[in-house]
Amino acid sequence: MSARSDETLATAPGAPHPAAQRDPSRFRPRLAARRRGGTIFHLVTLAATLVGVFVLALLLVDIIRDGAGLLSTDFLRNSPSRLASRSGLRPALWGTVWIMVITAVFAFPLGVGTAVWLQEYAPDNRFTRLVQTNISNLAGVPSIVYGILGLAVFVRAFALGRSVLAGALTLALLVLPVIIIAAQEALKAVPSSIRLGSYALGATRWETVRYHVFPLALPGILTGTILALSRAIGEAAPLLLIGALAFVDFVPRSPTDPFTVVPIQIFNWVSKPQPSFHQLAAAASIVLLVVLLGMNAAAILLRNRYSRKN
Amino acid sequence: MSAKTARTGAAAAAPGFPGDANLRRRHLQERGVGVVLIAFSSVSILTTLGIVAVLLFESIAFFQEVSPVEFLTSRRWTPLFVEKHFGILPLLTGSLLIAAGAALVALPLGLAAAIYLSEYALPRVRSVLKPVLEILAGVPTVVYGYFALTFVTPHVIRPLFPTADYYNALSAAVVMGIMIIPLVSSLSEDAMSAVPRALREGAYALGATRFEVATRTVVPAALSGIVASFILAVSRAIGETMIVTIAAGAAPNLTLNPIRGVQTMTAYIAQVSTGESPHGSLEYRTIFAVGLALFTITLLMNIISARVLRRYREVYE
Repeated sequence: MSARSDETLATAPGAPHPAAQRDPSRFRPRLAARRRGGTIFHLVTLAATLVGVFVLALLLVDIIRDGAGLLSTDFLRNSPSRLASRSGLRPALWGTVWIMVITAVFAFPLGVGTAVWLQEYAPDNRFTRLVQTNISNLAGVPSIVYGILGLAVFVRAFALGRSVLAGALTLALLVLPVIIIAAQEALKAVPSSIRLGSYALGATRWETVRYHVFPLALPGILTGTILALSRAIGEAAPLLLIGALAFVDFVPRSPTDPFTVVPIQIFNWVSKPQPSFHQLAAAASIVLLVVLLGMNAAAILLRNRYSRKN
Repeated sequence: MSAKTARTGAAAAAPGFPGDANLRRRHLQERGVGVVLIAFSSVSILTTLGIVAVLLFESIAFFQEVSPVEFLTSRRWTPLFVEKHFGILPLLTGSLLIAAGAALVALPLGLAAAIYLSEYALPRVRSVLKPVLEILAGVPTVVYGYFALTFVTPHVIRPLFPTADYYNALSAAVVMGIMIIPLVSSLSEDAMSAVPRALREGAYALGATRFEVATRTVVPAALSGIVASFILAVSRAIGETMIVTIAAGAAPNLTLNPIRGVQTMTAYIAQVSTGESPHGSLEYRTIFAVGLALFTITLLMNIISARVLRRYREVYE
């Protein structure tokens, strides 16, 4: 703004603008200069947006350049070893599969059940609001704090040890708020005329939910669940506390076995001083990103197919 | 429907109509489902209670051996050394230094990106750029850690600052800043998109350019959402673990110099948990004391963020 701004400030409220009081020929819109400033601002915001895109591209190129050469079926089939050239991802991949399946088994019914209760059953009272506020607060708790909870409750108090089950239960609690919020959104999107129609035909609340609301909300719920699980797949911090860092060169055979997962294996390799292990970390990162990409693509396909139907 | 109306309904039913017994079964089912769903919902409450109980229980045991005054004021954190000091200040400044650095990267870039996406971008450009930006939030943090340590530090930080440590706060802060851009840009853009069209049209009618509409009408009107997104992003930066553990090091230096190595609260917790601290030892309990500090700080920030959003929101109907 130019020197005119202090005149503007000095004007009493309600009085005509100083520019209007005086000779109108002195009014200078300076439109060209303002437009130029606007164009510069436009370009600056565009550049700022592209910084993120550029860094993402840089990161992908860096990882592919470092790790792509190591990708082979042997890399997926071998176990970690003291020799970088013989190291592979097999126990970590299977550990990730174990953890994900058990996490989903616990988190999906709990999350969807909570969402159904909040959205379809709960009366609007203090308890309901407490549960709702609590869920949004839980969504903001750092993941490592869930690791502390898992260490104290599942590893120690429930005596599950440093097992697949302890890790999966910890991650289930971590993704629970995300699944609940996504499922609530999906349930909210079901029009209330569906519910009213079902009640009018004499259905109970559960029959309404079970046969009418839930099937309509299911694609949205599944999309949200896949995205929540894809967050859990990349988590390393809470599992560090559960003790997944120990050297594991075998595939877990039961939920009580010790385990490692892909992100922990990446952390393990990147923590070693030798560059050859850093390359292994890059190769494992590629595998992890491909898995994530697949899960996100599945979620998007599901969402698109569902929105075309409507 | 109460049991009374159910019985009247059955009495009025014609022969062959599934009557009383069926209704009673359905009512029992209804009640059973309600109980199960409440039980499911209580898990989230139990999670919060569990977190608070676990942190408090072990922290109280910790503070019986270490005075809270030392914890809050001592300038050294050496619980794993022979000569033990338990001052959380180095860890706290480590966390704050990196979060501040990340904020310096993410807040301007995220806000500018939000303004671009909400005010300038054509719908088609927006529908490509927005999901691509959101991928940044979906990249696993260990991968960011790898990127910070093996690319940003040797190829960006050290050429600029030759005296920088191999593990340094700056590299972790910059990369974390990139990671939280979408948090700022998405939430801020939501807030800006919620500003009604009439406000923009009014500003245009008064002769404002697009730049003036964006910066003097839309941004002030969406300010509560923008500020809430800032606080949330900083809280996320304080709670993040893997980038700082990999790239910022494990040396709890009390310093504000970003090219030195620091240890954050989260990195300390990760470090102790990967070591072999026996259950019940003082070192083991430091996890919970530091965890309590971390939990309190992030919870307060999240609550403030939610308050700002609710309290100062301009409601447009």
